[in-house]
This record gives sequence, structure tokens and C-alpha cells, in this order.
Amino acid sequence: MSILETIASHLERGEHDEVRALTETALAESIDAATVLDEGLIAGMQVVGEQFRKHEIFLPDVLMAAKAMNAGLEILEPHLSAADIKSQGKIVIGTVKGDLHDIGKNLVGIMLAGAGFDVIDLGKDVPPERFVDAAAESDANVIGMSALLTTTMPSMKTVVDLVKSRGLDGSVRTVIGGAPVTEEYANEIGADGYSFDAANAVECVKRLVEG
Amino acid sequence: MRPKLKFLDQALIERIVSEALDLLATLGLEVQNGNAAALLGDHGAGVDIAKGRVTLPESLVLDAVKKAPSGFELFDVLGNRTHDLSGDNVHFTPGSSGISVLDSETGTMRTPVTGDFVRFTKLTSRLPHIDAASTAFICSDVPEQIQDSYRLFLCLLYGEKPVVTGAFTIESYRLMRDLQIAVRGSADALAMKPLTIFSVCPTAPLKWSDVTAQNLLDCAADSVPVEFISMPLTGFMGPVTLVGSLVQHTAETLSGVVLSQLANPGTPVLYGGSPAAFDMRYETTPMGAVETQMIDCAYSEIGKHLGMPTQAYIGLSDSKALDAQAGLETSMGATLAALAGINSISGPGMLDFESCISCEKLVVDHEICAMAKRMEQGIEPKDDFPARPHFEEMLEEGHLLISDHTRKHLRSEHYFPGPVIERANLSRWREEGSTTLDERARTEVSRHLSEYEPSRLNEDARRELTRLMTTEAARYGMDELPARDGD
Repeated sequence: MSILETIASHLERGEHDEVRALTETALAESIDAATVLDEGLIAGMQVVGEQFRKHEIFLPDVLMAAKAMNAGLEILEPHLSAADIKSQGKIVIGTVKGDLHDIGKNLVGIMLAGAGFDVIDLGKDVPPERFVDAAAESDANVIGMSALLTTTMPSMKTVVDLVKSRGLDGSVRTVIGGAPVTEEYANEIGADGYSFDAANAVECVKRLVEG
Repeated sequence: MRPKLKFLDQALIERIVSEALDLLATLGLEVQNGNAAALLGDHGAGVDIAKGRVTLPESLVLDAVKKAPSGFELFDVLGNRTHDLSGDNVHFTPGSSGISVLDSETGTMRTPVTGDFVRFTKLTSRLPHIDAASTAFICSDVPEQIQDSYRLFLCLLYGEKPVVTGAFTIESYRLMRDLQIAVRGSADALAMKPLTIFSVCPTAPLKWSDVTAQNLLDCAADSVPVEFISMPLTGFMGPVTLVGSLVQHTAETLSGVVLSQLANPGTPVLYGGSPAAFDMRYETTPMGAVETQMIDCAYSEIGKHLGMPTQAYIGLSDSKALDAQAGLETSMGATLAALAGINSISGPGMLDFESCISCEKLVVDHEICAMAKRMEQGIEPKDDFPARPHFEEMLEEGHLLISDHTRKHLRSEHYFPGPVIERANLSRWREEGSTTLDERARTEVSRHLSEYEPSRLNEDARRELTRLMTTEAARYGMDELPARDGD
């Protein structure tokens, strides 16, 4: 097994100390940092994603793998060119105005942070303006909104409209989720994305940031 | 603490046993088999040839109870131990002796053929919480005289698990023993490592037919384990009350214990049964009836009180389709049986009382069995005390998703069912096709069958099994066994 395959397999098992040490070894062996990233860390994370979708591994395993990924990334970053480092991005999240349910939102925050996003959690019962202000002030790429009540869902549309009226829709994307929220609703209010669970939210936000 | 269900107090158990002993000593049994009657007579039973009845003195019964082992083990075709039928250990096996299958494609019941049996046996081999195979239904494409042995032959060829089975005639037993010897190598090896359990069924009320009694004696001679299947029907072939039916069940089962232990002291037995709360409206024997299940659990308590491992036909359904009734009756039965500590639970996969087998139901029931087993393990502390550090960690980290405690205990503390059980949120469920239980079960059956791996039984034994079965089939005019996929 090559050292890159070994890094990937340690990452799959969530062994961050081994991933960190082997990443250093790979660099010492003059393997290109971008190659270590692609064929070691990212290759491992792809396997993890696939295993999670097939229910072979569970949330804790994904988060441990993400932690290992970040340990390797820390070592690689000084050696990567700006072009190689695709910033995972910054996301402002919160449960919308009038809604106090935050378990789903919290899980989304944990998963996004685990995947390397810079997460700004505004908490629950967050007024529409606060989402937009926070995104503008922090230069965030994405606003993520959660709701559990149908009565609080219209607040999501207010935020989407505010982003547009302030001219931020070129730089800030919006994503929504929560039990009563559907993809149709996201389309209807003009949100950029919709997720049905926390793991799905990570994939969705990645797409939005990269796209 | 292992959770334990109890229906009877000590005094009631003792009274039921005492009344059963009185029945055996006074009214006695009808024994239609000469060998059995002679054996009983030789050991002090009262044999009234004119009346055709045999009475068993209390001392004879109690002596047999003492000789019956408190447990025994089963071993798969490779010789690995799979079952410890003792204490409150719980094992599941598919229902058996069905006469129809629920066709996956049409959703209707039809007469089964060889392909159906091979499919069912392959599926059973794939399901870890179904601990034994069973000769689940007959194949209509072979002569009637070999329909019992042919099922065992297919079980031994396509699966590795021990088999719960039974013979329909006296003659069949010889081949069914030889098939097992072909797997084990010798009769001694078979006696050392039992591979099957034979059902032997007294006839209600208090009768041993010629065939059943001889099967029982033959099994005992070879140390092949048997399960006694006493079947009182409340209010019809048994008193209408649960206690009355328990008295009858106890008497019939104890008479089987006497026969087996006289034939071969120490031979392994299961204190089993298949009683039913007879439905006076439909003239049927509902296995899903709550009273049927109560009698099952209660006689298991009596069996354990007498020091024997137990069995029951429970965890099956009277429904004709894989529907909510099938789920609720099977779940209730499997749950009660596990809580009662019934050692061998026969039922999964079965519909229409004890008549129809469904592959799709088996994969659903497999989840029920897994959940029942989890429940039976009870609630135990696992690195939980002192509790404060876990809460300090949660407050500090904001969650416990990746704590050592979570990762250490997640998979052993919680059972994660397969895709048959739907747990996605609504959106994801819709995204994945809005499937029904029936559709998911069919997909799961297909997946298991496509991933089936052949039995690792050695080639010599496989050849011998086929030779024995082919020879037997030829005796009844079938020169070639029905074609089987992948063989």
C-alpha cells in the first residue's frame, strides 16, 4: 500500500494522529502537497461519504474522519498554492424568527464544522435582518436557515428577499432545511439550496460554495 | 438485569403440574405404538390392552423429569457450536411445515416447489438473527413419500445452520438420520454434535400416534434432540380456560419426556408446543391470538420449573399477507417469547396460522427478532458511572457525537435495523422513492439472494447427501431430483 493509500485508510478510520504524522512523512518524501491532498485526504473522505450513504458507518465515524482530514490539511496548507486551496467557505446558520427548535440546526453546524467550514451559529429565533447583517459583516458565502414550524417558514422567504434587495445575491447563497421544509418550497421562495438532513446539508453547501 | 416475563406464580405452577400428574396416573394416555407401550409397561406403567390406554405412575414421570437434561447445544454443518439451549438463552428459527408460499411476484399464495425452498433456505442462511434453518414447507414437485426428508436434504445442502425439522412417516426417519450422518461423518459424531431438532407431536387429547411415538423413540436412540409439540385447542380439544389448557399441555409433554428418557436417559429434549386459542367463530387456530401467546409463555415457565429448555410456535401471524396484522402479531409473539426466555422460538416468516411461508416476511421478521434479542439483553450500565464527566464533556464540546463513550458503546448499545425498517425523514424517504414496506422487503430479499454464498460443507458430504436423496427418490419412482439453480 502506498503512503497515500495508507493516509486515506487512516483517515477512513478517523485516526487523526496517524493522518497528521503520515502527511508530514509524505511531504518529507517530496510528494507534492496537492497530490497528498487529492490522493490521500480527499480520496479517503470520498470513501467515508460513500460508506455513510450506505449506512456502513455512522455520524461519529464521519466526524472523526473529518477531524483527521483537518489534521492533515493543517500540515499541507503552508505547502499548497492558493489555487490548490479551495476554501471550504464560511456559513452563517440559525433557526428562523419565532422558532425555538435548534437540534437539527445544531447538527448541521457540527457537520459543517467537521467538514472544514467556518460556521457562525446565530442560535435560534433569529430575525431576518440578523442573518443578512451577519453574512455581510463576516463575508460569509452562505446563509443556512432552519425551521420546524410551518408558521415560521415565511421568515425564510424574508431573508432570501433581503439578500436580493441588498444586492448580496451575487456573493451570498441561501440554503434551507427542517422537518416541514421541502425542495418545492425552496424553489418557490427562490432559495439556492435545500437539504433534508445534516449530511446532505454538507454536500449541498459544498456545491453552492464551489458552484 | 435480564427482563423476565411471568404469568404464573409458584403455587399455580405446582398445582398445574400436580393435576397433570394425576391425569397421567389415572386417565393415562392412548399409545398407538407397540414399542412405546411395551417400553412404558416394562418400566412400571399400567398398560390396559383392552382399553388401549397406558397410565403413568407419578414416580415414573418425576424420575424421567430428573433425567431430562437442563440444556443442550446445537452445531452447524461445519461442526461449529451455534446454540446453547439452556437458561433463558433465546434463539429464533423460521416457522415450519408450511404447505404454501406467498409468491413475491403475484402476492398470492401458491403451492411451493423446489426452487422456492432453495430460495428460502439461501435467504435463511443470510440472516444472522435467524439462528437455525427449518424445514419450512413441503415441495410439491417430489413424491409425497420423500416430502419430509427432501426438505432436510435441501437445508443441509444450501445452508450451514442447524435445522428444526420432523418426519411424516416412520420410514422417513432412517433417511433423515443418514443425511445427518453424511454431514457429520458418523452416528457417534452426530450424537456428540446434534445438527437437528425433530418435532414430535402428541395428539390432543393425551394420545401418541404410531408414527410420532416411533419417531420419538428413534430420535432418542440416536441422541437426536426432539421438541414436544403438544397442541391443546381451547374449548375444543382442551379446556376453554388457559389454566385448563396448561394442565393438558403439561400432561402431554410430560408423557413425551417419559418416553424419551426411558428410551435413552439424558437424551436432549425441548419442552415445546403449539397450543392455540381456538376461534369459535371461524373454526380456526389463531397463532396470533393473545391467549395463544399467553399459554406459550406460561408453559415455558412450567418447563423451566421442571428444569428443561423450552420451545414454542410463537412470533408468527394468521394474516394472509405481509400487512399490519402480520407485523403486530409477529412482534407481539416474538417480544413476549424473548421476555419469557423461550429457548427456541419457531415462527418467523410464517403467515396463515402455520401454513404459509413468505421470504419477504422473513426479512421483516428478522428485524423483529433482532429487536427482541436486544430487548432481552436488558439495561446495564456501561461506563456510565460516575455520570458527571460525560455531562462535563457534553457542555464543553457542545455534543457527544465523537466522545469516546459514544464511539465505544454506540453499536453494541443500539441495534441499527436494515433498510426494511424505514427511519429516514420524510424528505429523504421521498427522495429515495417513497417505498412501502413490501417494496423494501422485496428489494432486501433480492439483495440477500444475489449475495448468497454457497455452504462450506465439504464436497464429499455434499455428494453423499445427493446420492442418498437420489436413491430414496428413485424408490418412489423419481429417477432424477428436480433441477436446482446453481447446483
